[in-house]
Amino acid sequence: MKENTIAAISSAQGEGGISVIRISGQDAIEVASRVFSAMSGKSLTQYEGYRAAYGKILENDEVLDEAVAIVYRAPLSYTGENVVELCCHGGLFVTRQVLRVVLSKGAVLAEPGEFTKRAFLNGKMDLLEAQSVMNIISAQNRQAVRCANSVREGKLSKKIISLKDTLVNLAAHLSAWADYPEEDIPEVTDTALLSDLKHAKSELSKLVSDFDKGKAVTKGVDTVIVGKPNVGKSTLMNLLAGMEKSIVTEIPGTTRDVVEETVIVGDVVLRLSDTAGIRETDNPVERIGVLKAKEKLSTGSLILAVFDLSTEFTSEDKELVDLLCDIPTVAILNKTDLSKSFDDSYIKENIKSVVYLSAKEGDGREELENALISTLGTADFNPSEGILSSERERQAVINAVNALTDAENTLTFGFSLDAVTVCIEEAIEVLLTLTGENISDEIVDKVFHNFCLGK
Amino acid sequence: MQKYFAGNADVAVIGAGHAGIEAALASARLGAKTLIFTINMDAVGNCPCNPSIGGTAKGHLVREIDALGGEMGKTADKSFLQMRMLNRGKGPAVHSLRAQIDRTKYARIMKHKLELQDNLELRQAEIVSVENDKDAQYPWKLSTQMGAVFSVKKVIIATGTYLGGRIFIGEVSYEGGPDGTFAATELGKSLKELGLPLRRFKTGTPARVLRRSIDFSCLEAQQGDVPPEPFSFETEDLGENKVKCHISWTNEKTKQIILDNIHRSPLYGGAIEGVGPRYCPSLEDKIVRFKDKERHQLFIEPCGLDTEEMYLQGMSSSLPEEVQLKFYHTIKGLENAVIMRPAYAIEYDCVDPLSLSATLEFKDFAGLYGAGQFNGSSGYEEAAAQGLIAGINAALSVLGREPLILDRSTSYIGTLIDDLITKGANEPYRMMTSRSEYRLILRQDNADKRLTPIGYEIGLISRARYEKFLKKQDEIEKEIYRAEHSTLSPSDKLNAILVSRETSPVTTGVSIADLLRRPQISYADLTEVDTNRPNLHRSVFEEAQIEIKYAGYIKKQLDRVEQVERMREKSLPTDIDYKEITGLRLEAQEKLNRIKPINIAQASRISGVSPADISVLIIWLSREK
Repeated sequence: MKENTIAAISSAQGEGGISVIRISGQDAIEVASRVFSAMSGKSLTQYEGYRAAYGKILENDEVLDEAVAIVYRAPLSYTGENVVELCCHGGLFVTRQVLRVVLSKGAVLAEPGEFTKRAFLNGKMDLLEAQSVMNIISAQNRQAVRCANSVREGKLSKKIISLKDTLVNLAAHLSAWADYPEEDIPEVTDTALLSDLKHAKSELSKLVSDFDKGKAVTKGVDTVIVGKPNVGKSTLMNLLAGMEKSIVTEIPGTTRDVVEETVIVGDVVLRLSDTAGIRETDNPVERIGVLKAKEKLSTGSLILAVFDLSTEFTSEDKELVDLLCDIPTVAILNKTDLSKSFDDSYIKENIKSVVYLSAKEGDGREELENALISTLGTADFNPSEGILSSERERQAVINAVNALTDAENTLTFGFSLDAVTVCIEEAIEVLLTLTGENISDEIVDKVFHNFCLGK
Repeated sequence: MQKYFAGNADVAVIGAGHAGIEAALASARLGAKTLIFTINMDAVGNCPCNPSIGGTAKGHLVREIDALGGEMGKTADKSFLQMRMLNRGKGPAVHSLRAQIDRTKYARIMKHKLELQDNLELRQAEIVSVENDKDAQYPWKLSTQMGAVFSVKKVIIATGTYLGGRIFIGEVSYEGGPDGTFAATELGKSLKELGLPLRRFKTGTPARVLRRSIDFSCLEAQQGDVPPEPFSFETEDLGENKVKCHISWTNEKTKQIILDNIHRSPLYGGAIEGVGPRYCPSLEDKIVRFKDKERHQLFIEPCGLDTEEMYLQGMSSSLPEEVQLKFYHTIKGLENAVIMRPAYAIEYDCVDPLSLSATLEFKDFAGLYGAGQFNGSSGYEEAAAQGLIAGINAALSVLGREPLILDRSTSYIGTLIDDLITKGANEPYRMMTSRSEYRLILRQDNADKRLTPIGYEIGLISRARYEKFLKKQDEIEKEIYRAEHSTLSPSDKLNAILVSRETSPVTTGVSIADLLRRPQISYADLTEVDTNRPNLHRSVFEEAQIEIKYAGYIKKQLDRVEQVERMREKSLPTDIDYKEITGLRLEAQEKLNRIKPINIAQASRISGVSPADISVLIIWLSREK
């Protein structure tokens, strides 16, 4: 069996510039030809390798963008497969639209590092490069896990998860009913089942339209500002945002909630969250804030760790540094305007990117920008991950809607419930890919949780 | 004590319950000189819980055991009292056969089969120690309580609930096996010394009551199917159902008595440390966990034709005997019930199945296998299935042949074993249809198609049976072809049938298959108009009909099998240290090191191993080549 055809945005995310959507796989040229109409009038499938075509990207005859398509024919491509690169005129919104059209015409969304993986497996890289390939995948993997965490956090995702739970309950009911035919399980009637299916389907369809309207777009790189209380996180945030947003005071622990702000640094959009200081505390209100801060650490894609130069380097600072290994981080040594009594050696040993700043005065702002840009540009940072994760959610929801349509049809045609169950489980399974849970375990757990069964 | 050398053998099986029996028979039949030990000669093939074989998903297992050449199905057919195909209206994937059986007859037949089997010796002895001398020709030494020492090449542990067995009835608890037998008290220590990760599980069984103390006149009866269908693909004529079962319900009074005495339950008092299964809870469990439920159902099932003992399915308990008596008496029909054997809970030693490989051999102990409840499963059928696979693999290994590993996509047996060794078991594992992602292809009707060729290749299926099997498959294929290519004309007769089944009439000729694809239409409906239908066995039409009707769904599942197949072909060595593969996340490294999957497909099923970890493994593998 052949490998499927994959697609993803392979250029950096941001406003302006050119963005590239790469499609790879045996059907790549075929898939691209379904969305790309060349000015020459020829189909992309008629192009030889290493040829570029200028044309339009169409969605149902509507022009989305003008673009250049570059055709590569196997094995002469990055992955060794047929590849088309669609170079669009950029803009987050347009790029995402184009990717969606490509995905709807027969490609599936690429996993982290999948292009590189295919390149290796097709012999496009030598053995020595294998390790670095594994490392890239691994780094993107860690990032994907963080994204999955943030998927669990998002409001919309909570909706998806609650719908998944509804479906799991439904499947558990069907399963208990099939596995325990002689127990006292409430009958599953076709009418009730149908109305449950319709309900879940319409809720999921509504989500798809929310995605399409852009409500669900998590735009930019999830950036978290952390540090002990009163090191100047809010001031930094305000510096970056250019406006007063968080409450800034001299009393430790004033910022209790996570405040969010969107700023543009270079050509990258950062979504900033200012968190309550990470510090052991007995104050119950503050404790919530601290918990949230630690939680945020596990979901952010970029961390700005703030330290106070005017105090001593403490064990709490060390702990924070230790929490940050593996996460793209810029260490900000704040308050250069005050006298320095801080030992920065441990930070310098453990964090690659270190900036000296006076958030209050604005000194060092340029260095900060440069540090951010260079950290975002490193190999283990994939700036399009934000788009990918929301695009993954959208694809999963669409696939779930399709599976539920199958389930509905199966039921209304009058097929037996085992076939309906298989369709419902397919819907659950695609939703579970977002959180990495196991479908059989989920359903079996629910069966015994919801029903009284056994000898 | 003075020990004596008692002989050599290829394979020794410890325990002669459902797992041990299949293991020993398979091993001896494949040509390995085999020993089987039972702690009590009268407890061979005992059914200490339900007097029934099969049921949902378990019925699938029995059919699969039969298709591979095991004995459970045939013996159940010979000792059946009542047969029911469960879930008839719910679709072919979940049809499941269940037999009420005469439990003593079942045990007698099984014991006799062991006695008659060439290459096999059945002995009454408690094995007290298992020792390993890796370099010897016969590396395993088994000692009995009487001082006999046997030297063998392979050992299969199938100790059921006997290993470290402890009975609980209210405040009373004592060492013991099921049904008043002795527990195996020494072997557990020896296994621990060897280094096996043992732990405690718990299960239970309801009381047996005297038939004539029950008032059946007020109870709903449950009849068997007419005609009854056999388990075994070899059983030609089953005969008629011999008994009926009855249904009753608990009520508010039952609930009150149990709640008033809950502190006397060893489960709630804390005396039991073992983990019990959620799916066979005691009545007190059900009442505590599902407080709002007003009543719980019970089935009254006969234990045999020449006994008056009746089994109370659904009424398992570990409350004191007097409390049992009180609450049983609140139930309609049981007002004057006489308890012949009280309900009890039993706690026993079993092993963490993550330490097993797919052949059921211990990963760290060559030649040592586990099967049945010892591996953390529950149920006769789950036990027999593992026994068969362990017995086959022990013998194949003695004979220097390739091991047998059944994939999830081939069978419930494969799914059962894969779940055990990949996910482990935190409670006794019961087979359920919802555990299989390939439900529509793993049906009980086609178990022979899936597994009989494998049974034949191994050598447990005779040439004659195999030829009969091939003939049936050929008939099915030809019938599907005929149905696809025979056209029925749009006659009034046909349309009358279609309309009566609430489906639209036809105006042009239509193929039989197209009609069968309508959910409302079956072969039986078309008998009058399908005049050229060949005279074939009922099962041929059944399978042809399912294959035609569910073709779309079956194809979907087959596509999935094919996808996984590609990952299955990528074998992983079992002697690697995953810590040395950089790029894997820490959690994945730890899980992989613990489970040592045999291929990428199994690795991908381990919780905590992400798709990206799998990518890293695939690249690592291709680099190793």
